[in-house]
Amino acid sequence: MSGDFVDQIFIRAKQLLLSLLPGAPDWLLEIASSVINIAALLGAFLTLFALISVLERKILARIQNRYGPNRVGPYGLLQPVADGIKMLIKEDIVPMRADKLLHFLAPIMIAATAILALGVIPYGRNMTPFAIDGGILFFFAVGSTTELAVFMAGWGSNNKFSMLGAMRAIAQMISYELPLIITTLPVVMVVGSLSPDSIVAAQSNYSLGLVPHWFVLTPWGAAAFMLFFVSGLVESNRTPFDVPEGESEIVAGHMTEYSGFKYATFFMAEYFGMFAVSGLAVTLFLGGWHAPISALQIIPSYVWFFAKLSALLFVYIWIRGTLPRTRIDQIMNFAWKFMLPMAFTCIIAAAVWHYEGRRLAGWLWSFGLIAVVHFGLSRLLDTGKKFAPRTYRFAE
Amino acid sequence: MTPTLTSFLAVSAALFCTGLLAALSRRHAIFILIGIELMLAAANLNFVAFWRFGPEPQQITGVMVAIFSIAIAAAEAAVGLALVIAVYRHYRTTSVDKLDQLKG
Amino acid sequence: MSAVAFVLISILTLAGALAAATLPRLIHAALSLVVTFLGMAAFFFLLGAEFVGLVQVFVYVGAVAVLIVFTILLTRRDIEKDRGFNWSGAVIAIAVFTGLIWAILRTPTLAMVAPQIPPLTVRRIGEVLMTGFVWPLQCVGLLLTAALIGALILVREEKR
Repeated sequence: MSGDFVDQIFIRAKQLLLSLLPGAPDWLLEIASSVINIAALLGAFLTLFALISVLERKILARIQNRYGPNRVGPYGLLQPVADGIKMLIKEDIVPMRADKLLHFLAPIMIAATAILALGVIPYGRNMTPFAIDGGILFFFAVGSTTELAVFMAGWGSNNKFSMLGAMRAIAQMISYELPLIITTLPVVMVVGSLSPDSIVAAQSNYSLGLVPHWFVLTPWGAAAFMLFFVSGLVESNRTPFDVPEGESEIVAGHMTEYSGFKYATFFMAEYFGMFAVSGLAVTLFLGGWHAPISALQIIPSYVWFFAKLSALLFVYIWIRGTLPRTRIDQIMNFAWKFMLPMAFTCIIAAAVWHYEGRRLAGWLWSFGLIAVVHFGLSRLLDTGKKFAPRTYRFAE
Repeated sequence: MTPTLTSFLAVSAALFCTGLLAALSRRHAIFILIGIELMLAAANLNFVAFWRFGPEPQQITGVMVAIFSIAIAAAEAAVGLALVIAVYRHYRTTSVDKLDQLKG
Repeated sequence: MSAVAFVLISILTLAGALAAATLPRLIHAALSLVVTFLGMAAFFFLLGAEFVGLVQVFVYVGAVAVLIVFTILLTRRDIEKDRGFNWSGAVIAIAVFTGLIWAILRTPTLAMVAPQIPPLTVRRIGEVLMTGFVWPLQCVGLLLTAALIGALILVREEKR
């Protein structure tokens, strides 16, 4: 029982707060409940954002064999406070011939859509801020409005670099939205529902108390998870896919003409997008808030969720520190020629697995199908470039 | 005073006529397409309103027609905008007043 | 069904539609169209068809609006304002509106209140799509493929 108490501690706190309004009409209680949900969500994720912004720099630094920020506070952990103060006191410069309304609205829209997407993810047992029937569809509907906001940022700045960066960003995001959505289809198909709560509940059993029934441990689930994760990397414009904001090429892309607090809002929106996509990956493939072993269920559900989320964010940062940037045409090729056929194969493999009643034959057939298609695609798309030692020509 | 079917139909009629206004009175081809999209949206609202207020809510024909209409409107917008781009490339203008000859 | 919500959403939608039809600058008109689409999605939520509302946001705001702004970008001339406004179009639109409103208000059987219906689940839409509406689904798939190929061919550079 004590395990249940710690697990549901936030729910009990919210009910305590709501009971302070006695005799209130139903609609007022609903609004108060929503406000408490939103406040808790924003508080948790703003703290996580501050923490990740300093941890990312420290992890990147360690990968690059140096210390990260370590002057402000113990081990540099108060760096976000310094960053926040700097961003707030910077002068807000708006170009003279910029479209003022678009220039102002763009960062707000990007941040708003990212925060909206965070609202449908289950963070623990009974802890989904807004549990709607078509939660996954809501997530993608809100995510697809990000492209419009990026365009508004690029256009409103009245700057060729911004426009070019915005076009590249939109092309990249639209191309990778397809694999992102199609790789969630196997999960939705197998579970039979679009609601994230049902999807998490469908991953709740354990075989022999040791092996959880997470979808990432099935052949189609593993392939779909990797495709989803890579698409999430691209959607958040992270290295190696940060062509829209590559500092060495295009200044800062669609964010060039923004300074101070608006730039911080763009930055925050990018990280919130990362959190949202990672949260959805945890929900769909990694079992949501379930523990990996049946015996470890005494640890509260939200601890497991944030542990898995942190693991995925660490992989994001690790990839950023390790891989170089890819070219825009390589990115497009990859999306349309490799990821889309693989995503369709995942759907068929999941259907085969489910149709065989999840017996051994189903596992083998789905694994074989994915392996054959992957092998075939990699043979077909091989450019045949042989790597030879570089020869240098120096000026005589 | 809860909204009745009449109020939904009135809003839908107003939306339709705004779309008609955009389609009939602007010169830029994209404005005309915007007007067409508005008219389609008004028709969708009508379908779903009639389903909601109708006698048999288990028969979700209205909702299905609205979903298919949204898909078809997207396809039509794509082809229409491709046409606008192709015409612009050839004639260097998007004003439909100037597109008055069959000769290329 | 709340009257306050209905009034607010209808004001938002109609204002957005009017702005989309009458604003001189094309980009502002396109973005008012986005506001109109969001208002339409809110209407669908109010009417209890949440799936249609989500599909509306997804397809219209996420795809059609992006297409429109891209086309505005690619067909730009130096002067972005659309100078002409044909007033006869406004007359016709007002005439049609008057006719429609007269027909709607003359039919007393339309003044009914919303009955209580069981909520429409996505599962029910899926069932209907796979049983009664499977032929329209396949036809829409074919149509979308044809539109995709057609649009691609239309914007290809002509070989000179």
